[in-house]
Amino acid sequence: MPVELKKVSKKDALKKFMDSCKSLPNPESQLIAILHKAQEINGYLNKELMDDIALEMNIPTAHIWGVATFYHYFKLVPQGKHSISVCLGTACYVKGAEEVLNTIRSELKVNFGQTTEDGLFTLQEARCLGACGLAPVIMIDDRIYGELTPKKVIEILNTYRK
Amino acid sequence: MITIYINDKPYKVEEGQTIMQAADKVGFRIPRLCYHPKLSIEGACRVCIVEVEGAKNYVASCAFPVSEGMKIKTNSEELRRARRDIVELILDNHPQDCHTCERDGICELQRLAFSMGIRKRHFEGERKHYEKDLSSTSVVRDPNKCILCGRCVRICSEIQKANVLGHAHRGFKTVVMPAYNMPFSESVCTTCGQCINVCPTAAFVEKNYTQELFQKLNDKSIVKIAQIAPSVRAAIGEAFGLEAGKAMEHEIVAALKRLGFDYVFDTQFSADLTIMEEGSEFLERLQGKGKLPMITSCSSAWMKCLEQFHPDLIENVSTAKSPMSMMSAMIKTYFAQKIKRDPKDILSVAIMCCTAKKYEASRPELMVEGLPATDMVITTREIAWMIKSSGIDLLDIKGENFDEPLGLSSGAGTIFGTTGGVMEAAIRTAYELYTGETLLDIEIADIRGFKGVKEGKVIMDGKEIRVAVAHGLGNANEVLEIARKDPSRYHFIEIMGCPGGCIGGGGQPYAGYNSIPLDEECLKKRAEALYGLDRNKTIRRSHENPDIQRIYKEFLGRPLSPAAHKLLHTHYKAKEPRGIIPVVNAVL
Amino acid sequence: MPSRYVITLCDGPSCMHKKSKEIEMVIKSELEKNGLLEKTRVMLSGCLGMCKKGPVMIVNPGYTIYGGITEKDIPEIIQKHLLKKQPVARLVIDEDHLYNRFFRIFGDVDFFRKQMRITLRNCGIMDPESIEDYLALRGYEALGKVLTEMTPQQVIAEVKKSGLRGRGGAGFPTGLKWEITAKAEGKEKFVICNADEGDPGAFMDRSAIEGDPHTVIEGMIIGGYAVGSSRGIVYIRAEYPLAVKRLEKAIVDARQEGFLGKNILGSNFSFDIEIRLGAGAFVCGEETALIHSIEGSRGMPRPRPPFPSVSGLFGNPTLINNVETWANIPVIILDGADWFSSIGTEKSKGTKVFALAGKIKNTGLVEVPMGTTLREIIYEIGGGIPNNKKIKAIQTGGPSGGCLSEEYLDTKIDYESLAQAGSIMGSGGMIIIDEDSCMVNIAKFFLEFTQNESCGKCTPCREGTKRMLEILTRITEGKGEEGDIEKLQRLGNMIKKSSLCGLGQSAPNPVLSTIKNFRVEYEEHIKNRKCPAKVCQSLFNYSIIDKCVGCGACKKICPTQAISGQAKAKHAIDQSKCIKCGLCFKTCKFNAIIKS
Repeated sequence: MPVELKKVSKKDALKKFMDSCKSLPNPESQLIAILHKAQEINGYLNKELMDDIALEMNIPTAHIWGVATFYHYFKLVPQGKHSISVCLGTACYVKGAEEVLNTIRSELKVNFGQTTEDGLFTLQEARCLGACGLAPVIMIDDRIYGELTPKKVIEILNTYRK
Repeated sequence: MITIYINDKPYKVEEGQTIMQAADKVGFRIPRLCYHPKLSIEGACRVCIVEVEGAKNYVASCAFPVSEGMKIKTNSEELRRARRDIVELILDNHPQDCHTCERDGICELQRLAFSMGIRKRHFEGERKHYEKDLSSTSVVRDPNKCILCGRCVRICSEIQKANVLGHAHRGFKTVVMPAYNMPFSESVCTTCGQCINVCPTAAFVEKNYTQELFQKLNDKSIVKIAQIAPSVRAAIGEAFGLEAGKAMEHEIVAALKRLGFDYVFDTQFSADLTIMEEGSEFLERLQGKGKLPMITSCSSAWMKCLEQFHPDLIENVSTAKSPMSMMSAMIKTYFAQKIKRDPKDILSVAIMCCTAKKYEASRPELMVEGLPATDMVITTREIAWMIKSSGIDLLDIKGENFDEPLGLSSGAGTIFGTTGGVMEAAIRTAYELYTGETLLDIEIADIRGFKGVKEGKVIMDGKEIRVAVAHGLGNANEVLEIARKDPSRYHFIEIMGCPGGCIGGGGQPYAGYNSIPLDEECLKKRAEALYGLDRNKTIRRSHENPDIQRIYKEFLGRPLSPAAHKLLHTHYKAKEPRGIIPVVNAVL
Repeated sequence: MPSRYVITLCDGPSCMHKKSKEIEMVIKSELEKNGLLEKTRVMLSGCLGMCKKGPVMIVNPGYTIYGGITEKDIPEIIQKHLLKKQPVARLVIDEDHLYNRFFRIFGDVDFFRKQMRITLRNCGIMDPESIEDYLALRGYEALGKVLTEMTPQQVIAEVKKSGLRGRGGAGFPTGLKWEITAKAEGKEKFVICNADEGDPGAFMDRSAIEGDPHTVIEGMIIGGYAVGSSRGIVYIRAEYPLAVKRLEKAIVDARQEGFLGKNILGSNFSFDIEIRLGAGAFVCGEETALIHSIEGSRGMPRPRPPFPSVSGLFGNPTLINNVETWANIPVIILDGADWFSSIGTEKSKGTKVFALAGKIKNTGLVEVPMGTTLREIIYEIGGGIPNNKKIKAIQTGGPSGGCLSEEYLDTKIDYESLAQAGSIMGSGGMIIIDEDSCMVNIAKFFLEFTQNESCGKCTPCREGTKRMLEILTRITEGKGEEGDIEKLQRLGNMIKKSSLCGLGQSAPNPVLSTIKNFRVEYEEHIKNRKCPAKVCQSLFNYSIIDKCVGCGACKKICPTQAISGQAKAKHAIDQSKCIKCGLCFKTCKFNAIIKS
């Protein structure tokens, strides 16, 4: 089962990294580096990973959780490869942002804050993106797409799917 | 000695102290909030700020050391306003529900706000809104009332070393919570309740059963039976404004009768029973039947800690139930038979100094006759409130005696309530059981007092028995680490989950005006109250208690008999999630 | 064979975004085509600070800077510039630019007139990934001198004598810090480089490390020798991958050459450096928070004393300096404290790097001697304000600093003068604000930042900045109340004096300084519900005046159909529908739409 295999090798990779940390002086101080590694391997931090780190490095989970939630860099929910922000500012709204949004929702089968199953997109809500002239607009990563219609949206999404 | 100037007047103070410590000693009690003398310095609340000449900004007096010639202002106009504004900022992000709050009237924040003279709000705005966590059997967490002083986090990590709580998120969104914001019931929380003891507000309170109990007390169809733990009597007076250290034994019995209990028994009786069982078990182990060192099992927080943090030591722990559970088992069997009532019709209520006992009562393995042995656990705080709420005047009540046949106790049972007490009681009896001679010098000084880990020894028939006593789960870790490394160092270890033992339990009265939660002076007085009761008793050894002798004769046979095993012993097993004891105590 | 030609291509994030990597490939293939590959050295540099004009490359001989280049321009540049020695004029960046002067460092005295590059001395003129380049620029010579000729005490004395002060913001005398750490007792000692630069818009540290990582390393080794430490740590933002990569390579190279590791250069002194990544927390720039972060904890500050010099990382004496401070050390050692202290003002010696940004013609990194006036930086180096606008304010020190009004233009750059004027030196952000900006809004922007970055430990910062932000927000929304300014001042002064760490102690600065220098703007917002700069959206309306010819352009572009009107007749805006996006205002060719 490829999925299982992948999971195990992820765990192994993290374990290997933690082993290397253990040989350093003050190994528990490597927590942030370990969390970076875990996020690099898994895309985000979850309970399972943090529990593993806790047991392996002998660091209480409350401490790990405190660190993971303190730093902006650490993500606690899966993130897609691309982030889609749908502008719901007034201009976009009156120009049909909702239609665009519904198209994206049904096409990707996700809601705000969620990531598609293939891990490609994370859907986000945005306040005015300052591109009212192009309304309705969405932003994918750093790029703005304007004057959208449901059809155009699907075309754009497809370009990221290649 | 150096000279410092506080508000322009010179004072001789010792070097190496903080401004707060020095000021305390010369009569200036600088307002404070996050500071606690037993915990590390946080410097977070900024309530204790003072002006120091030459410093650009105010300094936190809890953290800043005094130096020769230092000129300090504790009460200037500008400083008073800054301090007032800081406390207002805390209030502005706090529910405005003092009248309906559990801690109304005994809240540190309320007191502080009053003393700041905050009569008007200037800066109100957005307030936090979080879910209350009601999942635990013992501790309720309400983040809305949390003012982020971090005392709970520190007591949990520094004293208890359980590291259940931590600060999560940051800035205005900071919340104190267990890992992953998981419900308390699913965390490694030992339910010791020390977070409640140190919390200045009602962000942590015990799971409250007073309304339920009031309801049951009105039920004429059931027999209502209470038992009272030793340390409840040593502390309850404080909830009524008395100085710490005034024992109120017979007064509580009388008050409980007036509340509606039919029988009031003494957990000290079952403490004597515990000694009989545990003492005998120890002697068996000494003779090679079972692992050594043997570790006590009376403390509920310690038992949960054992299962989650130290599962490798489960076999070392005595199988004897705690005095509370032994008493409850006897109430629902022995006593039920005596009064010819179905145990189903008996309400067994334990008045305890402890929040962890609420958890213990919920353990399925402690059921008797298919019923929970203990139906309800009520803390000292809760019962004090019930007594007040019912208009019963505890301070001016004629004392009454505990009921028979589960009410008579030896002095050994009494001292269970303080650290070292169980060990001392056990030695008093084990010595005689082992040697056949009576131990005359029964007050064992080495294991009394508040040192974190105490060691002592007794010679029994030429054999040296080495014992250790630890109180507070952090100290427990330490003694267990020693025992792991050198298994033959001790024969017997007493562990109590709370600092000071049960007298410092998570259910004891809140610290009063100007006093400090878990203040060692206060704990000493509570302990002294118990030692005083012990000294005044003629029976000071458990096995000399005639009612103990009677219960064995009439019901249990002998210690460790099959009947005793069935009703007075239990077992423990490793539990998830696993607790982690860090080598280095990091900043949470 | 030495190279005849050198092409330095900027590899900073902005230029990379604009395809500098692709351009590199084209350069190489074009060089090959023309048979120049052997004779030309192609280098990738760190950010050259001309992001707006990127991708940027420098071609030598001639030290000509080309900007805005594409793959298509390369053949022309190579053929004309290299072969025919004729620069491609249309791509050359304006001769008068600050970096232009800088890159003509060799022989061009003009450059030294206003700028002086000490810490950035090698940036852009060496390959940051080549230790040979660094060595050729007298790299590690200071280390050699220290190890062979100086005792640790002499090193500390030299640094003290130089008058160098911490460049991280507070300006604590560096030599004194070293001395305290050297004298402190501990199991071991640590030397830390604080590269957790987090001010919005500031990128001095990133550029310094990207452009010349060895200088920082050399400085740290010398620091380690002086205080008796064998462990160095660079704490750097995870958001700076290129800087991290260059630093990693530099450390490996330095180890290989014997500058790091056991018995450095055959001496008894051993020292090594590890890199620790931050994880996105501005407050970790505060030294005690930084230490907690390195220890693997939440980056929350703790009260001082004890200071890190006495009890820092893992409870040991710890010497923390920031990137710029470290970069000064080799120069002080080689050129001497006397020379160094001849630069600058009485109390502030040496140079300071600023990240010049905002409404100014030339944005980028500027390194100037202490004592240079704001006016010189803004007008002579920065080229003044674009579009003939009037300067309104100078913001220094980032979110911890303050906004100075025009009348402070002749303030000299040094720790005391800036503080006296009501701002701070800070780590070196300098943002120029013109008349189009609303000062209340600017104050709000900075406070939003610090509020978001507050660690949440101490009450004044956690709760107080939130309340200040709420008051500012309501002022910008036209809901300000009489007494709000006083409340802001009361809270601000309390937070400044009562907070636990530097972040909180300085968080109110942007607000307090704008109230001090631009109080009228606050009053306009509150009393007259007006935003004089017409920035705060709730406080102005768009309306159409008689100039309207009825072309319909505004009606067409309006996203909310708020504009109506017959063709060739004056149009009107329905205020209830208008969302103030400003599109009509920008579209109208007849200046018929006004903000009022």
